[in-house]
Amino acid sequence: MALSNNTIEEKLVEKFGDQVSAFSTASGILSFESPAPINLKVIQFLYDELGFTFLTDLCGVNYPDQKGAEIVVVYHLHNFIENVRIRFSVAVPVEKPDVFTASKLFESANWMERETYDFFGVNFIGHANLKRILNVDEMDYFPLRKEFPLEDQTRIDKDDEMFGRG
Amino acid sequence: MRPVRFNIHPKEAEIADAISMAPAPDGIGGEGFFATQLSSVVGLARKNSLWPLPFATSCCGIEFMATMASHYDLSRFGSERVGFSPRQCDLLMVMGTIAKKMAPVLRQVYLQMAEPRWVIAVGACASSGGIFDTYSVLQGIDQVIPVDVYVPGCPPRPEAIIDGFMKIQDLVGQESIRRRNSEQYKALLNSYGIQ
Amino acid sequence: MEAHQNIDLPQGSIEKKTTTLNLGPTHPATHGVFQNIMEIDGERVVSTEQSVGFIHRAFEKLAERRNLYQITPITDRLNYCSSPINNMGWHITCERFLNVETPKRVDYLRVIIMELARISDHLICNSIVGVDTGAYTGFLYVMQYRELIYEIYEEVCGSRLTTNIGRIGGFERNFSNTAFVKLEKFLNEYPKVLKEFENLFTRNRIFMERTQGTGGISAARAMNYGFTGPNLRAAGVDYDVRVANPYSSYQDFDFTVPIGSTGDNYDRFLVRNAEMWQSISIIKQAYEKVQSFKGADAEIFHADVPAYYLPKKEDVYNNMEALIWHFKIIMGEVDLPKGQIYSAVEGGNGELGFYLVSDGGRTPFRLHFRRPCFIYYQAYPELITGGMLSDAVVTMSSLNLIAGELDA
Repeated sequence: MALSNNTIEEKLVEKFGDQVSAFSTASGILSFESPAPINLKVIQFLYDELGFTFLTDLCGVNYPDQKGAEIVVVYHLHNFIENVRIRFSVAVPVEKPDVFTASKLFESANWMERETYDFFGVNFIGHANLKRILNVDEMDYFPLRKEFPLEDQTRIDKDDEMFGRG
Repeated sequence: MRPVRFNIHPKEAEIADAISMAPAPDGIGGEGFFATQLSSVVGLARKNSLWPLPFATSCCGIEFMATMASHYDLSRFGSERVGFSPRQCDLLMVMGTIAKKMAPVLRQVYLQMAEPRWVIAVGACASSGGIFDTYSVLQGIDQVIPVDVYVPGCPPRPEAIIDGFMKIQDLVGQESIRRRNSEQYKALLNSYGIQ
Repeated sequence: MEAHQNIDLPQGSIEKKTTTLNLGPTHPATHGVFQNIMEIDGERVVSTEQSVGFIHRAFEKLAERRNLYQITPITDRLNYCSSPINNMGWHITCERFLNVETPKRVDYLRVIIMELARISDHLICNSIVGVDTGAYTGFLYVMQYRELIYEIYEEVCGSRLTTNIGRIGGFERNFSNTAFVKLEKFLNEYPKVLKEFENLFTRNRIFMERTQGTGGISAARAMNYGFTGPNLRAAGVDYDVRVANPYSSYQDFDFTVPIGSTGDNYDRFLVRNAEMWQSISIIKQAYEKVQSFKGADAEIFHADVPAYYLPKKEDVYNNMEALIWHFKIIMGEVDLPKGQIYSAVEGGNGELGFYLVSDGGRTPFRLHFRRPCFIYYQAYPELITGGMLSDAVVTMSSLNLIAGELDA
């Protein structure tokens, strides 16, 4: 009854054909990608047919070099009964970062999507309350994108000489 | 092999006639009277009965809990009752990182405190932003409120927190009665935008 | 009158029947900075709106700037009540990513430290639940034993709370004899203290009536909300990362995973107490296993990975290779391989996951922390709606919300 990574891969290809791609196995976890418009269908399939009923994690990654697919939303799911994990990512361009929300299916996705919006600017369509969660509400940029710096640029008291930048 | 350093042979305290009293301030005394400055007496009373407001946000808050517990007891210094209402407290102990989202809240709590009030910044994050030189962390609470004592450490040991507290006690004991109404103090508050 | 800064009074707020209560960021210490703007009807909570982020320190952005060893101090400050677990979780993630295998003695020593950290975390949570129901004594009793755990950490790594303990591949030094003497003192004295703590609370009528039936959640809802750790186990689901994806040789140990049934505050308290008993048993087993290593085996405290493990100072001053490795590691000249990994450990609050993406540079390209507190705090409105205000406070403390982990 064990659900192996090969079985999962076969079932996914059977259902979605060439819309699921880039299968790889990093340290035992199967990862694959799919286009952003069908992300809910894939998650629903994993939930109903393959038993991945627990959303472990939802986060974003910014690849500024991949033109047209700069922001990637990564889902980690877990099947408790078979004890199998899976990773699934969708990529969206930075000009129109729209992804359908998974919060109707998993309540835990609610805040994780708000955090991804706060850090990367991903617009989750259908989310009930897409506001900033960790940063101040007045912030007008998305800090975890690679183009923005770590430090607060409005400081005037830092002595560059002491930091080796003077 | 290092020898065991912790105390496995504790000495019994000799407390038969060891009642310790606070040292008396300078003054002129005689039979049935003692004359001294009002500020010394008031300072002595205030410093041994400070009521802190623990504004604990993160890891330094856990070290504060260890300081309040029985091993490093802070109530020996008169602060048995920690209060959470700003109007009732003398000492604002800011322990932990203050993010920019939290800074207005901290300022409001400071404004609500009644004079005389003192502020102690416990830990590296409250003193200067600590290891978090990021866009979301306030680089030291002295950007928004005036601070009296800074306690460095990440987190400071309970002994260090007690040392900072004792320095506040020195400041309280020697403060002049007129300080809170003086021009200098008003100028200090104005520099922070506090009327 | 100055406008309120944290509450926007909406239209019709005079005519409405419920009171708006700002259970604001300046909580009576202990819990951390969360804001809940509640609508209460007398004592009953009708609804609540949560605000977090008051201690957002941008760990994930900070990690993109730091090499592997510089990230360990910031993982300390996630769940700071049990920082060794965070440190070792990060080192285990790096080891899995870099294919480093740790020797058994290192694994067993790590298990001892991690279980001590788990006890330390559960002690804070349970004694603070006691304080919130009005019983301060339990807190004072158990803080003494947390001080002893801190002394053990000090012997191993030098620091009490934010430990920055260990290295990739093991520990920075072998455990001294004093550390084992203190560990034995802990193992001798602590079970009696835990028994006394349980006697104060577990069958105490006031405590039972305060905590039973409040803040409950069903197993299905808990899984949907992404609960992990003692909160999920109290709801009835026996998911424990130590059993599902064993790390650091946990498969060699014999322990049970306690579960509850209703997921209310009382069940969470009991599950944490039961886990502390299991932790004591695991530490005893690990200590016996460590003592069974004799001779040269008893001196092993790290894996042999010169590329990631700082060499001893004597070697750095005398040996050319050690000097070069020391330089490369400190200056961060050792590049990470490309790839990504998700690795989780069982923290005090549940599954603490590290998602590391590397593009071959010396610092991670993206490091995301899967923080259990952040995810299960979303369920808080569902847990308290319809209940009383004082139960809302006890529920918040029994969920063991650590602000540092929540906001990262």
